[in-house]
Amino acid sequence: MTQPVWLSERVQWIGAFDPGMRSFDIILKTPNGTTYNAYAVRGSEGVAVIDTVKAECAEQFFAHLEAVARYDEIKVIILNHLEPDHTGALPELMRRAPQAKLYISQSAQLMLKALLNRKDLDFTAVITGDTVSLGDRTLRFLHTPYLHWPDTQCTYLEEEFILFSGDVFGCHFCDKRLYNDKVGDFRFAFEYYYTHIMRPFREHVINALALIEPLTINIIAPTHGPILRDQPTRYIERYRELSAQRLQNEINAEEKTLIVFYISAYGSTTQMAEMIREGAEQVPGVRVSLYDMEGGDTDLFVDLVEDADGILVGSPTINGDAVKPAWDLLSSFAKINVRGKLAGAFGSYGWSGEAVRMLEDRLRGLKMRLPLEGVRIKLIPSLEELEQCRQYGLEAAEHLMGVNAPRVLEMADLLAARKQTTEELSVVTI
Amino acid sequence: MSKYNITFADIGTTVNVSRGTRIVEVAEKVGASIPFGCKENDCGDCMIEVLIGAENLSKPSPLEIELLKEKLAKPSNRLACQAMVLGDVTVKPA
Ligand SMILES: [Fe+2]
Ligand SMILES: [Fe+2]
Repeated sequence: MTQPVWLSERVQWIGAFDPGMRSFDIILKTPNGTTYNAYAVRGSEGVAVIDTVKAECAEQFFAHLEAVARYDEIKVIILNHLEPDHTGALPELMRRAPQAKLYISQSAQLMLKALLNRKDLDFTAVITGDTVSLGDRTLRFLHTPYLHWPDTQCTYLEEEFILFSGDVFGCHFCDKRLYNDKVGDFRFAFEYYYTHIMRPFREHVINALALIEPLTINIIAPTHGPILRDQPTRYIERYRELSAQRLQNEINAEEKTLIVFYISAYGSTTQMAEMIREGAEQVPGVRVSLYDMEGGDTDLFVDLVEDADGILVGSPTINGDAVKPAWDLLSSFAKINVRGKLAGAFGSYGWSGEAVRMLEDRLRGLKMRLPLEGVRIKLIPSLEELEQCRQYGLEAAEHLMGVNAPRVLEMADLLAARKQTTEELSVVTI
Repeated sequence: MSKYNITFADIGTTVNVSRGTRIVEVAEKVGASIPFGCKENDCGDCMIEVLIGAENLSKPSPLEIELLKEKLAKPSNRLACQAMVLGDVTVKPA
């Protein structure tokens, strides 16, 4: 059995090693497992336990805890994150230390009730600035929601400058030497974790950094992977770099960017894309870029999309569907936050033009905003149809800049438009 | 059936809807910039600010009130997935 690890005279790591883990939450891979880090803090008036571990690893956690404290000394249980990898041992801990008071984020209350399925639950909901005292040790809370769940928060031990950060600054990396200055090179795991877990919540990362950066920090103690005691601020700086708007320096605040991605079999969709650009460029302040999906790679495109304000996707309909590069592009959007960005679709078709409506449905599913119905053109665009594309680009750009003419719509018409599409689709599938 | 106007102030769009329509359904159709998540009073993502006509929306349920409290909402905030249009109303994203 492993031993607890002493971060200081009063603070111990009481977590668990899980070296056999290979894939986490289905989407994350790890080549050497992970750790679930939990901590105990001893004050003159009692002990605080900060986070627990996954249920399967509870035995290690309780053994470590028992080596540093008695259950009746535990006054406080702090939950920085309610995901089961950190709350698996909670119900048993609450049974063993029934006097301990639970502290959770203001935004974790409904989730905690759902997690424990108990109505009579007693807990304290906290927000930035709230503290809990253990006598000569004080824990202060930072409200840092959506990193990477709505319920997440960080806890700061004031007297020792230790930040218990939850999943933030963590990574799936299992090395029993535990300290960042002792373990093997884990940079890849740190970067990978940011990209897959934190990146979609970039705005929330920026808000959290604003609370964290002013603190004096000697140690960052996350819930996964190495404890960061050697140059901890370097990891904060890295989060700052990773979350920064990369375009910010190159584009002025009044400008907005619109990216038109397209792919074409016989050049019709290309022609449409070019006319859309022409229309969009009539609106002052819109910086339009065109990219042919055939000539690029979705990993690079996704970086562009992350910083863009609006995205239009053009695909022909082939065999009743949009083409694979278009779907690949859209599926990469899950890696970033596209919610609320302006979006639209367009394309040419031979005899049935389902691609545009299918792409639009997916874009809506990604919670992007689609103010306009996309343009579909049969075979070769006529002059009128090209004019329609120009108009579409113009209107999309106006919506992007918020200078569109006020409009009054009928809900019945909006519903009818969708219904008609479904009917068209069902005719085609017969 | 009676019809009412819901205006999304930030995108200059008004939609004429039937009584009892949920705001989120309209918002999604017209591409209003109201974010939405679960659409069932769970995530709180679709919070809006009611600018005019708060009294013309269905009353919030105890669960919506609880969730709004948890999200540190202002008195003028509602959830677009819960609020139903019962009269003319103007909203914008919270
Ligand atoms: Fe997590
Ligand atoms: Fe975790």
